[in-house]
Amino acid sequence: MAILEIVRIRRGKFRRPGWFAFLARCFGLLIAGLMVLIIWEVGRAAWLSIHTFGFSFFTSSRWDPVHDVFGALPFIYGTLASSLLALIIAVPLSLGIAIFLSEMAPPWLKDPVSFIVEILAAIPSVVYGLWGIFVLAPWLRDGVEDWLGNALGFLPFFQGPRSGIGLLTAGIILAIMILPTITAISREVLVAVPQSQREAMLALGGTRWETIVRVVLPYGRVGIFGAVMLGLGRAVGETMAVTMVIGNQPKISLSLFSPAYTMPSVIVNEFSEAVTQLHLSALMEIGLILFAITLLLNIVALLLVRRIGTVPVQGGRM
Amino acid sequence: MLHGMKVRDLNAWYNDNHVLKNINLHLMGGKITALIGPSGCGKSTFIRCLNRMHEVIRGGRVRGEVWLEGENIYGRRVDAVMIRRRIGMVFQKPNPFPTMSILENAVSGVCLHESLNTNGLAERAEEALRQAALWEEVKYRLDDPAVSLSGGQQQRLCIARALAVKPEVLLMDEPCSALDPASTLRIEELMAELKKTYTVIIVTHNMQQAARVADHTAFVYQGEVVEDGPTSEIFTAPKDPRTEGYITGRFG
Ligand SMILES: Nc1ncnc2c1ncn2[C@@H]1O[C@H](COP(=O)(O)OP(=O)(O)OP(=O)(O)O)[C@@H](O)[C@H]1O
Ligand SMILES: [Mg+2]
Repeated sequence: MAILEIVRIRRGKFRRPGWFAFLARCFGLLIAGLMVLIIWEVGRAAWLSIHTFGFSFFTSSRWDPVHDVFGALPFIYGTLASSLLALIIAVPLSLGIAIFLSEMAPPWLKDPVSFIVEILAAIPSVVYGLWGIFVLAPWLRDGVEDWLGNALGFLPFFQGPRSGIGLLTAGIILAIMILPTITAISREVLVAVPQSQREAMLALGGTRWETIVRVVLPYGRVGIFGAVMLGLGRAVGETMAVTMVIGNQPKISLSLFSPAYTMPSVIVNEFSEAVTQLHLSALMEIGLILFAITLLLNIVALLLVRRIGTVPVQGGRM
Repeated sequence: MLHGMKVRDLNAWYNDNHVLKNINLHLMGGKITALIGPSGCGKSTFIRCLNRMHEVIRGGRVRGEVWLEGENIYGRRVDAVMIRRRIGMVFQKPNPFPTMSILENAVSGVCLHESLNTNGLAERAEEALRQAALWEEVKYRLDDPAVSLSGGQQQRLCIARALAVKPEVLLMDEPCSALDPASTLRIEELMAELKKTYTVIIVTHNMQQAARVADHTAFVYQGEVVEDGPTSEIFTAPKDPRTEGYITGRFG
């Protein structure tokens, strides 16, 4: 009886995948279909703007709803500048924490530190924005920016009036927001480096630090790069917190103290007030560009991070 | 005269698991000593204690003395990193660095300790690769990634990497267990060559191998050295019934 049962289940199991696989495939296709639909719809809505401005949409910095002339360069600049700034701050920090967690921390310290870092990811972005406005911005305005201006004022990045609202504030907020992503994934990557690799370097007379720098990080470099791309993707798409602290002025200035504007911010700020077709269409085109950038970043990142645990890309010269 | 190693009252633990118990053993300079014994008896643990690699494992703890040329490597002021530079190690599974080329692998240890220029490094790499009997096979492809080599070649590269540092002692933990008979033979020939310049200690499961290559053999059983002596004696006239039982295949 038991054996019959098993045989029946077996048979059933062999038959059932047809159904199940079919359903799963349907849902998979549905998602892909949705994606295509979104691109199609946004693309259609953006068509007027694409048709009207052509390539100059990317090169013009005139954003003038009153005269119906639109160029997206300030927003592209603001997005890239704030995101890159966030990476410059977040990558060393995240890598440092990841190295600490995977290579150095005593076991009792690992969980609390990971927990604190992960909690950062759970804070709603509007709360980051509030914190940025009421804590970070005054603090930067009344201290840090003066100090930076005095110490590094010969660089164009640290010149000009200091308001506490602008690229620097946005970059710092974004850095904190992407820190958990980069840290968690880099840590996974480092933990997946085989112990035999570390032992090989130690047995050659390498110190712990030499082992990390020469063996562990190179072994995980592809995955770490993926983690950074994923973080960048998050920074580029972040809307609320950035909108609250970046100043929302469509201008291009090298100074980190000056206000700027990002692609998500302009969409969320102007969408409800756009009266002309062209204005709406220009916003749609910005959305399309944003979508393309984040999609690309995420695809690259996922492809790279998936390689965790496999042999890293070969090559490298002396 | 090459330096041997003297082990005195060596004990090792994994957390509370007392794995090595009061080991006393003289490892002779310029000779090959084989460690044999059933699986789990503590051979790997013992050999890792000889270059302070046991403490790398979480929960690994050692008590006792290991003397190398008048210096206790577990002495108070001794730097484990310097000890590992003097006592090289080859692992059971070949573990070349996959992000480095063959040449970079060969000098990966040298780079840590000596500031040689490119020429000096290249010379050192060639010397080590020749010693490891790998040079002829790789001399035209030194810039290829190390993982493009076969398993046996990778293991010889790992030997070369350890030799390039110019250690005094070479520890090998089952260096042939992942290899085919032809590669095993090459590495055995290599060991015979190496004992002219190094003190070699090898762990092996293969008793023919121990009989072929080793001058001395020590039988480890349940964390203790039951018997040690010249290989011929251990294999032909073992004194302890447990040794006899093991080499005649009654257990292990
Ligand atoms: N990393 C570890 N953590 C905890 N216990 C370990 C660890 N490695 C080994 N042990 C224990 O220590 C004992 C000795 O292990 P060891 O690896 O030294 O044996 P071995 O003689 O090398 O065996 P084999 O011939 O199978 O390689 C075993 O009982 C094993 O369970
Ligand atoms: Mg072993």
